[in-house]
Amino acid sequence: MFTYIVRRLVQTIPVLIGVTIIVFSLMHLIPGDPAQIMAGESAPKEQVENIRERLGLNDPYPVQYWNYISNAVQGDLGSSIRSGRSVSSEIGGRLMVTIELAFYSTILSVFLGLIAGIVSATKQYSFQDVSLMILALFGLSMPNFWLGLMLINWFAIGFDLPSWVPFLENTSWFKPSGWGSFQQVLLPVITLGTGGAAIIARMTRSSMLDVIDEDYIRTARAKGAKERVVIYQHALKNALIPVVTVVGLQFGALLGGAVLTETVFAINGLGKLIIDSIRARDFPIVQGGVLVAALVFVAVNLIVDMAYRFLNKRIDLN
Amino acid sequence: MSEPAIENQSTIMNKTTHPLLQSWKNFFRKLSKNKAALVGGFLILFFIVVALIGPYFTPYQPDTTDVVNKLQPPTADHWFGTDHHGRDIFSRIIHGMSITLYVGFFSVILGATAGVVLGIIAGYYGGRIDAFIMRCMDVLLAFPGILLALAIVSVLGGSLQNVIIAVAVFSIPVFARIVRGSTLETRKLEYIDAIKALGASDFRIIFKHILPNVSSPIIVQATLNIATAVLTASGLSFLGLGAQPPTPEWGAMLADGRNYLYNAPHVAFFPGVMIVFVVLAFNILGDGLRDALDPKMKD
Repeated sequence: MFTYIVRRLVQTIPVLIGVTIIVFSLMHLIPGDPAQIMAGESAPKEQVENIRERLGLNDPYPVQYWNYISNAVQGDLGSSIRSGRSVSSEIGGRLMVTIELAFYSTILSVFLGLIAGIVSATKQYSFQDVSLMILALFGLSMPNFWLGLMLINWFAIGFDLPSWVPFLENTSWFKPSGWGSFQQVLLPVITLGTGGAAIIARMTRSSMLDVIDEDYIRTARAKGAKERVVIYQHALKNALIPVVTVVGLQFGALLGGAVLTETVFAINGLGKLIIDSIRARDFPIVQGGVLVAALVFVAVNLIVDMAYRFLNKRIDLN
Repeated sequence: MSEPAIENQSTIMNKTTHPLLQSWKNFFRKLSKNKAALVGGFLILFFIVVALIGPYFTPYQPDTTDVVNKLQPPTADHWFGTDHHGRDIFSRIIHGMSITLYVGFFSVILGATAGVVLGIIAGYYGGRIDAFIMRCMDVLLAFPGILLALAIVSVLGGSLQNVIIAVAVFSIPVFARIVRGSTLETRKLEYIDAIKALGASDFRIIFKHILPNVSSPIIVQATLNIATAVLTASGLSFLGLGAQPPTPEWGAMLADGRNYLYNAPHVAFFPGVMIVFVVLAFNILGDGLRDALDPKMKD
């Protein structure tokens, strides 16, 4: 296992180099002079030259890349054109909000996805199975930004209930924006978690169905084990192995998906920071944000890969 | 030639049907048994017809404003209501259908073409070329979905064409990986060695023998990827980085509706419902195709 971990870490190095090259190249792929674009069309020459100097755009390309990498390794990703603050400090607080949002959404999607997947698999072709899988297909096909808007419409703006409904005057239970309290967190978490729940439900179902056909399950049943024990102790344990991979990948994907959810709910996370910076043409922040999100994604994939190999003993680690 | 001789010849012809033709026949037979896939296929066909001829039959032009009747709820005159400029949402949705399908199809065609070429080169030639191409694909896969598209659009600028390029780029690695795997499997078959020994060129082997063998997974992946492409493209337009006003693109229409959720929720509701239906149709068809083309599936 140790050799495998080392080999996997070494394999990650070229990927990280590639990621940094792409992120670094973003600035150079902008049609026209990036310094002029960042400063604005009518900016004075001195200001443009100042930005060019600050970003090191006068240096040769390899030198710029080397400077970018050596600074990035030390946590220096440059400074924001708008605020002048360091990119690392701008991203720091925002990243935690996005990770928190992705984490809660993952918990929700695992909870809903596992229950739906297990029920579907154990009651194959039943009404519950068909209904849950149709629901999962809808969950998979729904744009999360639209779902977010509809949730805001139904549960944050609310609608007047008939007067005979006791205790409640309207349905505006949750807040349409911000992050922190339960009333602010629930709707974005549902918005971001629904797609993941659908994927996990489909994966759990197919994985459970594969396992349920195995000989050892038939043996357990033949020996008189209770159905609950067969499902939860024998089948689910093995069926969960491929699901772990999906859950891990979902967490990474949610970091990207958070861009839209944060925009809909006005949450000051990393995604919203990137969008705001794209609009303001603050490219150092865009570069830093994309780089950090990609690094987190690579790290999560690495952990998931190792967890999968660790859980699935049948895979030859060498 | 006598009649029995003709009969014998036709029997032989049937028995010796080209394996590729036979596999496609099997595929359509399995697909026709999959009701969900048929529903998905018919829905897509319906959407294509609407996109092609719908704009000629809409009650209003998509850009015709009517400020007096702005933000009207659904009525007999305006089936889906009107937006903040008084434009008919139903007409805009019908006109937007072609944009959605155009972005979905073209981004996937672009991404799939590049991915298939790279995957075949990597799988067929192997060695350093393979290692280099696949490491490049790993790098593209290291970016979370929409973020890569976002980064590309941020550089190229917000427009429908740039959205297509962005979505195509993030589709490339998926196709490259699938095609490389299938190419590796096919390349190892003995008949490929035999053809090589007979002096066939690489070009002929790739186009005549390898490409037909990898076409099934490409079709399945392309169908599922169109669904993802539609979602991503509408997401980028929602963020203001895709289609620009007054283009009746559904994501952009949703973004407009966001500001009127309190008094006119229908402005955001209908474009979203349409995105769900289109994506759903491609997902259903993709699932059905996968089932039909999966050799592990029993008859």
